[in-house]
Amino acid sequence: MSDTCVSIVIGGEAGQGLVTVGDFLAKALVRAGYEIVVTQDYMSRIRGGHNTYAIRVSHEAIHGPRESIDLLVALNAETVALHRPQLTPRALVLADETIDRLGHPGLSIPFKTLCPKPMFENVAALGVLAQLLCLERSWLEGLIRSEFAKKGDEVLRQNLDVFAAAQGWAAGQNATFSCMAPPVRTEKRLFMNGNEAIAFGALAAGANFCSYYPMTPATSVAATFVAKGTKMGMLIEQAEDEIAAINMALGASYAGARVVVPTSGGGFALMVEGVSLAGMTETPVVVVLAQRPGPATGLPTRTEQGDLNMVLYAGHGDFPRAVFTPGTPEQCFELTYRAVDQTEKWQSPVFVLTDQFLADSYRAVVPFDLDSLPAVSAPGLTCEDPAGYKRYALTPSGVSPRLVPGFGEHLVVLDSDEHTEDGHITEDLAVRVQMVDKRMRKLEGLVADVVPPTFTGDESPSTLLVCWGSAVGAALEAAQDLRAAGKSAAVLHFGQVYPLNPEQFLPILERAGRAVMVEGNHSCQLARLIRQESGYHFKDTVTRYDGLPLTARYILDRL
Amino acid sequence: MIPLEQYGEFETAWCPGCGNHAILKAVKKALSALDLPPHKVLFASGIGQAAKAPHYLRCNAFNGLHGRSLPPAQGIALSNTELTVFAESGDGCSYGEGGNHFLAALRRNVTMTYLVHDNQIYGLTKGQASPTTAQGQKTKFQPDGAPSMPFNPVAVAVTMNAPFVARAFAGDIEHLAEIIVQAARHPGFALVDILQPCVSFNKVNTYAWYRERCQKLEADYDPTDWGAAMRKAQEFGERIPIGVIYKGERVPFESRLNPAVRRPLATSRADMGQLKSILEEYV
Ligand SMILES: Cc1ncc(C[n+]2csc(CCOP(=O)(O)OP(=O)(O)O)c2C)c(N)n1
Ligand code: SF4
Repeated sequence: MSDTCVSIVIGGEAGQGLVTVGDFLAKALVRAGYEIVVTQDYMSRIRGGHNTYAIRVSHEAIHGPRESIDLLVALNAETVALHRPQLTPRALVLADETIDRLGHPGLSIPFKTLCPKPMFENVAALGVLAQLLCLERSWLEGLIRSEFAKKGDEVLRQNLDVFAAAQGWAAGQNATFSCMAPPVRTEKRLFMNGNEAIAFGALAAGANFCSYYPMTPATSVAATFVAKGTKMGMLIEQAEDEIAAINMALGASYAGARVVVPTSGGGFALMVEGVSLAGMTETPVVVVLAQRPGPATGLPTRTEQGDLNMVLYAGHGDFPRAVFTPGTPEQCFELTYRAVDQTEKWQSPVFVLTDQFLADSYRAVVPFDLDSLPAVSAPGLTCEDPAGYKRYALTPSGVSPRLVPGFGEHLVVLDSDEHTEDGHITEDLAVRVQMVDKRMRKLEGLVADVVPPTFTGDESPSTLLVCWGSAVGAALEAAQDLRAAGKSAAVLHFGQVYPLNPEQFLPILERAGRAVMVEGNHSCQLARLIRQESGYHFKDTVTRYDGLPLTARYILDRL
Repeated sequence: MIPLEQYGEFETAWCPGCGNHAILKAVKKALSALDLPPHKVLFASGIGQAAKAPHYLRCNAFNGLHGRSLPPAQGIALSNTELTVFAESGDGCSYGEGGNHFLAALRRNVTMTYLVHDNQIYGLTKGQASPTTAQGQKTKFQPDGAPSMPFNPVAVAVTMNAPFVARAFAGDIEHLAEIIVQAARHPGFALVDILQPCVSFNKVNTYAWYRERCQKLEADYDPTDWGAAMRKAQEFGERIPIGVIYKGERVPFESRLNPAVRRPLATSRADMGQLKSILEEYV
């Protein structure tokens, strides 16, 4: 019998190259047409500690991570000891022959004999796994070719030799592990994580300026911009701090750039005054906030959905905003693209909330349909009557005509203090009221543009799991498991959590037998927001805040 | 030359007799001499009395947050090199709250001019010591005298080889305007620290106090001599040299940008063909 789903975990110390092994295997599986969910768990240190790279693989759609382990690749002895409790009855432990498998069935791999140099160990591991999972050799050889072709024929040949030797060696062992069912998909997929998809969503929308200050787990958004954005004409600057990062971006935005500022909770705390400046001056900016457990400064490399409240309320005074919470890399792309458009359209700050789990989670991503993306709103460069131009003209929608300075004779005056229609500082209190009203009118437009939550499952479920952001995968799998057990279940996932339009979700909540809010934080931040905005009270909640991502098992155990 | 009226005439919120009025006049003169039409000029400022200056000038303006005149100014200057960018703010805003941005701007060296109204006191918040207040100088909030040593922005800028470093005095409008012209023409980051009497809160550094001490640099002073500039930058006491203290050459930040960056950014759009080929690498 072939397997539909296998959980592979590679564990070891930081600096042992486990991410290289993991990336290689995960990419090979995606190339072969499998679905994957990658969970990276790492400690806040560059060497040592205990890290894992978990790949859950299936021939059909999977959404979330699982705790159980079918194949454990142990790069050190500690990995075997630590992960014993998660091993399934059929699990195999794969380790170097010098490592004690503590009596678990598996393979002691002679890496030293198989590899001329330690740098080939990832390819050797791939060979062994390919044999155990019965993956077609041509798939993996194709990957090896494309990865190493640029390094010259000699390197390529050596890698192919190591792969063949490792696979041959594994074939000669009498380890039994059931083969993976052949993949269902045949069309190509992208091997990509959430942060990369966010960067590409922004680039597709024409983002061309990024100022950032490094902070895990947001750093890879900036890293993707540096690696790929420059080629697309993006200007990227590592600012002196987060305060500078957002203020610099606001200057660039004023001058007509499309700006994205990636950060995490602690960095965002420093940006808050800049968020108010964006709100007050109606300057577009997309802030990507990759959440990790806080506060000051928490578990730097772990995951949580704990910063929703901060993003909702960041800033002094009233001004409108929008908050997107993608759940998958595909949504990361779509919603970041939309975030750029929305901030330009409504001239209000827009947030994309992600988290460490999603940021680092590789998937087989359906290629983005770049040809049918809607146009992104843009400011004007010139106007007919430059002398009469008013940056903050009062309008019914609250949106004033935004022009870029320097392209015509018009002047663009922006002020953090309350200002007149032409942007000049004022203490006229009647003007103050008109301006607050004008800015807040934009909220109606933002509400009309809200992305409705996604409903998946039985029409009137006895259990409805409600969630936002990266919790969607675990919720979908938990609902699937419930249905498999003969219960009706569904998932309601919010890809946008602010503003909310209760008409889009209240009827769904009300027809569910039991609506359970599932969140990766202690205080159930979305449940509170929904109560505040719609009056609906969630009686049941599942929360997780131990730094690990939500899983189906975790949810089911607490229902 | 562009007529001065082009830069507008506004009612200000400044005290009568404040040095800010003179600085504003000098700025207008300099813009006119530089032949810069208002729509080609951008003034970024922070918060404080000095920071209101761009509101009293017909030009593009980004009046942002306290201490934050430089980050937006650099963001703007980098996004559109066709604008002539100035940042203008007080000493508290520039060297206190904005100190880290000042240091970073000296390192970055984006082409722009930084005009600091240095009245050695906080004006808008009513008389606290600023980073440039003399050690021991009594204020309402430091009745026993300011405890810390004053910051020397000119010396710090020279140390960092900022391409253009000047000290000027609001009491000499012609001289100040001439310095601003030179600063704006110089490629890279230019600092003009302007001694500005605050008639309401600084009872020590008055017009008379500055007049007694400020001396224009001698005609034979060579601003390209870094060692000499370092010594001049240290002089701040019985004698305060004013003029261009240091003039050097450093490649401006914008010339170091990757040539793939297409500016002005306002006119650059996503190249979907390029994006498609990048995404192919992820298959
Ligand atoms: C973040 C923040 N902190 C404090 C203030 C209050 N504040 C406004 S102006 C000012 C000092 C201004 O002094 P200076 O920059 O020397 O300018 P001056 O008023 O003397 O021209 C302060 C502390 C503020 N607006 N924002
Ligand atoms: S308080 Fe001082 S700096 Fe402010 S306007 Fe009055 S005199 Fe000028």
